[in-house]
Amino acid sequence: MKEKPSKPIIKDPWENLKEFTNARIALGSAGNAIPLKEVLQFKFAHAHSKDAITTELDVVALKKEMQSWGYPIWNVKSQASDRSEYLKRPDLGRRLDSESEEFLKKNDGTLDIVFVLADGLSAGAVNQHALPLLQLLLPQLQGYSIGFVTATMARVALGDAIGSALNAKFVVLFIGERPGLSSPESMGIYTTFAPRMGLTDERRNCISNIHKNGLDHQQASSLVGYLIRQSFAKKISGVDIKINLKDLLED
Amino acid sequence: MSYSYTIQQHVYSFPDLKSVLAKASPFRTGDALSGLAAESNMERVAAQFVLSEIALKDFLNEAFIPYEEDEVTRLIMDTHDNVAFQEISGFTVGGLRNWLLSHEVDSQKLAKIAKALTPEMVAAVSKLMRNQDLISVAQKCEVITQFRNTIGKKGHLSVRLQPNHPTDDLRGVAASIVDGLLYGSGDAVIGINPVTDSVDIVGDQLKMMDEIRQRFDIPTQICVLCHLTTSLELLDKSPVDLVFQSIGGTEKTNASFGINLSMLQEAYEGTLQLNRGTLGNNLMYFETGQGSSLSANAHWGVDQQTCETRAYAVARHFNPLLVNSVVGFIGPEYLYDGKQITRAGLEDHFCGKLMGLPMGMDVCYTNHAEADQDDMDNLLTLLGVAGCNFIMGVPGSDDVMLNYQSTSFHDALYVRKVLNKKPAPEFETWLHNMGILDDTGNRLTIEPSHRLLKNL
Repeated sequence: MKEKPSKPIIKDPWENLKEFTNARIALGSAGNAIPLKEVLQFKFAHAHSKDAITTELDVVALKKEMQSWGYPIWNVKSQASDRSEYLKRPDLGRRLDSESEEFLKKNDGTLDIVFVLADGLSAGAVNQHALPLLQLLLPQLQGYSIGFVTATMARVALGDAIGSALNAKFVVLFIGERPGLSSPESMGIYTTFAPRMGLTDERRNCISNIHKNGLDHQQASSLVGYLIRQSFAKKISGVDIKINLKDLLED
Repeated sequence: MSYSYTIQQHVYSFPDLKSVLAKASPFRTGDALSGLAAESNMERVAAQFVLSEIALKDFLNEAFIPYEEDEVTRLIMDTHDNVAFQEISGFTVGGLRNWLLSHEVDSQKLAKIAKALTPEMVAAVSKLMRNQDLISVAQKCEVITQFRNTIGKKGHLSVRLQPNHPTDDLRGVAASIVDGLLYGSGDAVIGINPVTDSVDIVGDQLKMMDEIRQRFDIPTQICVLCHLTTSLELLDKSPVDLVFQSIGGTEKTNASFGINLSMLQEAYEGTLQLNRGTLGNNLMYFETGQGSSLSANAHWGVDQQTCETRAYAVARHFNPLLVNSVVGFIGPEYLYDGKQITRAGLEDHFCGKLMGLPMGMDVCYTNHAEADQDDMDNLLTLLGVAGCNFIMGVPGSDDVMLNYQSTSFHDALYVRKVLNKKPAPEFETWLHNMGILDDTGNRLTIEPSHRLLKNL
């Protein structure tokens, strides 16, 4: 007698629930294991996230573009010498290397707002999202003197070191966020009024999750514009600035 | 008191007890970041030699963090069980290691001395133990807790069902809950990490989960892992089974979490009064993790694993149902790779169990750590052998809200199968009655007409 061909994969009859969540539900099973197709999908997402961490900031292209828009732009780096040190020593990623610091200090005192384009944990996110977002944001900022800095091996607090060296009134830092499997290229934005070394999180405002399934460029640029106007009006940033939805809509 | 040890005419000196522990720690990036790690392999082994000869009694005379300045130190000192300590008071740290491993020491004996051990003694002995020692001794411990079911019995392994959603969407959360239940997960707790820690959102989540629990008569407990102050506000209006809180091993660390011991006491007493447990009244759920004190600038020169163990002293004061370390969540600046995460996971489980805690583990990693699913399989299997009370169950290992990878519902089935472990007994009966698992732990075929899939 011929045996029935075996069907090692058991499907889950609740695939319809996937419409409510992007969680990996109703995967089915092979024995107790996840079916291979889903295992490979997971590996693909993990590979994408791992690669996102080692992507590099496209300093040349960003510089060219900002100069063509007529803004000054400088390149700096932190004290972390490579990716491995960057991951192990967040303290070094928060400090400018001495050459960068001296260089910035020669150009101090002229800017209201310095935009820092920083690699963080996913430089690809900044390569992808910074320019389109700036195109929407910059027209809202007439009357401010503005400059740009690209920063590599950078942590969030490096923005304070940069703002302080330039003696700028305000820092807006774009940085690649820790990649997740479903959002490998996600950008965050941090804003600080009167930046100086040693400030902590409660003095910064943060907009996170700017990625293709998260906050879009239009939403993010409105939020940043709002934070900039609020901060310059109140001369503060951080927990004392609340994002008030009604104000934002009227703004 | 200062210590020294000579190897080949080189004298290695340690100014105090806490520096001996720090230098004796197996290498991890967090201790290098804080500047507390041994500077060479030789210095590390010298510290281990020194540590092995230090008397346990000495730990009662030297506070790692000043008694006057830290309420966790006060809790540790003031609740030390001196009577039970007599059995082990003659040991050195090395002697304790050998005694713990000896055949005469069984679950009862370990339970008897749990409160005779300060967290610093427990951290110290763990630093002299290989991974296999950490597993052998942890496996002898049995810590059982109860609320609506029985967690931690030998031969059982429970799962926290973690149905997180990136926008707290109730239907999205419910979809993951159904998925997990149909894979046999959820006996430790069904517990959501909320995106937004607000009374309204958390209240709605509790209400939704309690409806599911009651409709299907599931012998388990529910929890939203919000801040303790949010839970306190909800006590009189929402179905609060368990109160969750992240805790650390120093007063300053806890301050960075926005809590202190008296707030924990208030939450514990308030929730006890609700009397919602049917089998028992263990109702606190704590999460910890190596590196939290350093991250909060609150470590007082104490290494990260010893700080972690001090958090267990805080936990055990409130008779928790569940305690787990989120071992790989914190990132590579504290635990760099699979090797360091594995070691830390085994240490945390061992130290918690030895102190008498119902210890579980979030076997996990972030994408910037040097780790992958193979590392998690290894640690999961090792912890299963060590008798871990519970693990996490996340759909397909991918937490789409917290952006990290933990163990999946499938992983739980795997580890139960290969190690012959069962769910919590009451929950196992429910799974049989619902036609989800057979009595060998295999999944049954689920029809589209299954009760859990109808009317959602």
